[in-house]
Amino acid sequence: MAGKEVDALTGIETTGHEWDGIQELNTPLPKWWLYVFYVTIVWAIAYSIAFPSWPWLSGYWGGLVGYTTRGQFNERMADLEASRAGWYDRLGAASLQQINDDPELLQIATVGGKVIFGNNCAPCHGTGGTGRPGGFPALVDDDWLWGGSVDEIYKTIQHGIRNDTDTDARISQMPAFGADAMLTSAQIAAVADHVLALSGQGADNAEGATLFAENCASCHGELGKGEPSLGAPNLTDQIWLYGSTRQAIINQITKPKMGVMPSWAHRLSDVEIKQVATYVHSLGGGQ
Amino acid sequence: MSAAIAAAPSLRTPVRYEEAVIKKFTVATVFWGVTGFLVGVVIAWQLAFPALNLGLEWTTFGRLRPLHTSAVIFAFGGNALLGTSLYVVQRTCRTHLFGGPAFANFIFWGYQLFIVMAASGYVLGITQSKEYAEPEWYVDIWLTIVWVCYLICFAGTLIRRQEPHIYVANWFYLAFILTIAMLHIVNNLAVPVSFTGTKSYIYWSGVQDAMTQWWYGHNAVGFFLTAGFLGIMYYFIPKQANRPVYSYRLSIVHFWTLIFLYIWAGPHHLHYTALPDWAQTLGMIFSIMLWMPSWGGMINGIMTLSGAWDKLRTDPILRFLVVSVAFYGMSTFEGPMMAIKAVNSLSHYTDWTIGHVHSGALGWVAFVSFGAIYFLVPKLWNRERLYSLRLVTYHFWIATIGIVLYITAMWISGIMQGLMWRAYDTLGFLQYSFIETVEAMHPYYVIRATGGTMFLLGSLIMVYNVWKTIRGDLRHEAAFAQPVRIVTGAAE
Repeated sequence: MAGKEVDALTGIETTGHEWDGIQELNTPLPKWWLYVFYVTIVWAIAYSIAFPSWPWLSGYWGGLVGYTTRGQFNERMADLEASRAGWYDRLGAASLQQINDDPELLQIATVGGKVIFGNNCAPCHGTGGTGRPGGFPALVDDDWLWGGSVDEIYKTIQHGIRNDTDTDARISQMPAFGADAMLTSAQIAAVADHVLALSGQGADNAEGATLFAENCASCHGELGKGEPSLGAPNLTDQIWLYGSTRQAIINQITKPKMGVMPSWAHRLSDVEIKQVATYVHSLGGGQ
Repeated sequence: MSAAIAAAPSLRTPVRYEEAVIKKFTVATVFWGVTGFLVGVVIAWQLAFPALNLGLEWTTFGRLRPLHTSAVIFAFGGNALLGTSLYVVQRTCRTHLFGGPAFANFIFWGYQLFIVMAASGYVLGITQSKEYAEPEWYVDIWLTIVWVCYLICFAGTLIRRQEPHIYVANWFYLAFILTIAMLHIVNNLAVPVSFTGTKSYIYWSGVQDAMTQWWYGHNAVGFFLTAGFLGIMYYFIPKQANRPVYSYRLSIVHFWTLIFLYIWAGPHHLHYTALPDWAQTLGMIFSIMLWMPSWGGMINGIMTLSGAWDKLRTDPILRFLVVSVAFYGMSTFEGPMMAIKAVNSLSHYTDWTIGHVHSGALGWVAFVSFGAIYFLVPKLWNRERLYSLRLVTYHFWIATIGIVLYITAMWISGIMQGLMWRAYDTLGFLQYSFIETVEAMHPYYVIRATGGTMFLLGSLIMVYNVWKTIRGDLRHEAAFAQPVRIVTGAAE
């Protein structure tokens, strides 16, 4: 242990302790440091008097200014509702057709619908509604599985497709012709060739056409034009949910994939669903 | 050679310090440091370019992120803390380790086993999903055993010290060891589904679980990454600068205020949540009061150079140590500021938080550890000096520029992100969808990943330097230019 000595460089006395050659100066606490520390303590006490703070067994000090986080939230939401007052009720009262006929309402609905779409629909349908491979349909074209009128789009968004949560969800089921042994693989191949021919992708065959008429036409139509009320896709165009190759079509007939969409009625307000429907309808292919 | 004989001052009996285990901890610190930085760089590039997730479950961001955080905090930081604490406690108590070499070796290998069990679990998807406390129950129990042994070793050495007083570095180390034990046990109280399976359920539920988690989480920052590393700072800065500690009184006052205030600050991680308002307020005001106690350590670290500032020009190791304290000061100002509810409502959940953590983790924790490693390696392996001080300078500047790129990118992207999330137009429409905020951050993710890559490069320079030093090589290089001494008056 070293004795106290004065450090030559700073002129301050050491404490007289030493560890492994390390000594300590006995410098007083920096004044500014101490005073700023006091200020933070005084501020903390004052703040804790003003705001909800000290607890006891059965409750807590509620604060003098009457602040609650919930209250602040409600205020902000009220502000938001106030800023929407000019159009929200008008949009709620108008029918989808009236919205489409009124340029001002149409613009408000489309602008708001774009944001709602971005936060809720874009993960599957892509930003801008361009769709994603693997069964997430594009919404920018005029090919609609369940109908492309603004009312049909509204209904699809409201209730969703093939979900377990909404009894009004759109439902249809394509049979698994191969997996359930309804057709042989040779027959499935023949139907696939016929389907390819429907969209001009190859030569037709009589067996395939007959099988199609017997098994597929009830939903997809005699000409394969599809049936929106059943969600049966049009097979004569160039738009394919699960691929346009012969093998992809064979797979789909053998054991079909079918898309699922959630019901949005419990998550979005009616006005919001109207906005999204109007926005989607405006993307290009609305009927 | 498993022990070195201290150059004892006259009238003192020489002490055979237990240093073989310190060497192991030092090598482990370097190894896990580079590993942790590498995983961090990978996930930073994954955020910028998601294809780098590779479509494999083991390499997705979700599994690699806890691997990164645990590798840098517990593997790199933990080995640095265990190694330096067991080195410092021997030197400043003038006695060898309690329990002897076998006990010390158990602590070393036990701790490495903990790291490997935790890390392999993350990659395989075994996690209890508590941030910074992801390891499942069997890993937690093992760490508890190792940690209690570490406490016994450290405290036992303190008790039989040959010095009348306990040096300030050891106060901080002891506070760190004790508090981490308490936090670890309480936060990880869990019921395993079966003793042959990995899955368990946490004892706490709902908002109590959230509060326990952030009481743990914030004090992992406060006691692991702050108190523990202040222990490193309090030994290695005065040693490297060869100057007395600036203020003994300040060290006492800031130690006790820091210890007392830190433990209450956790609720600021849960502003605007289901946590009761009174707890949010208390978390915030204790965070504000924590500002000056934190800065006490910065003042004591930086002002220890009073009268010896010129050493920063010629000693790159000291530069690492002192700049680390500067980053510490910056982070401990930013932290209380972000704990203010109004600021937090903007910053919370954004990249600003990530930037804040990294100014502390890269600037403070890693830099002070690098300084300690550069100090220790020549001492432990009995080398005249490091292989190359020029390489230390390169490491310093490359890493510093990397940090600056990292944290400025995260400030900008974080604040931008927060502002975009809350932007409404006059009609009451949200102005941006979430995906637009993600797209806007892409350039900053690239800058951040570039900064992280530079930090990793710097650490690889350190690996080379440490390796050459251990081998006994010396690079012949010119001394750093001495500062010009300005003669005032007739001093001669």
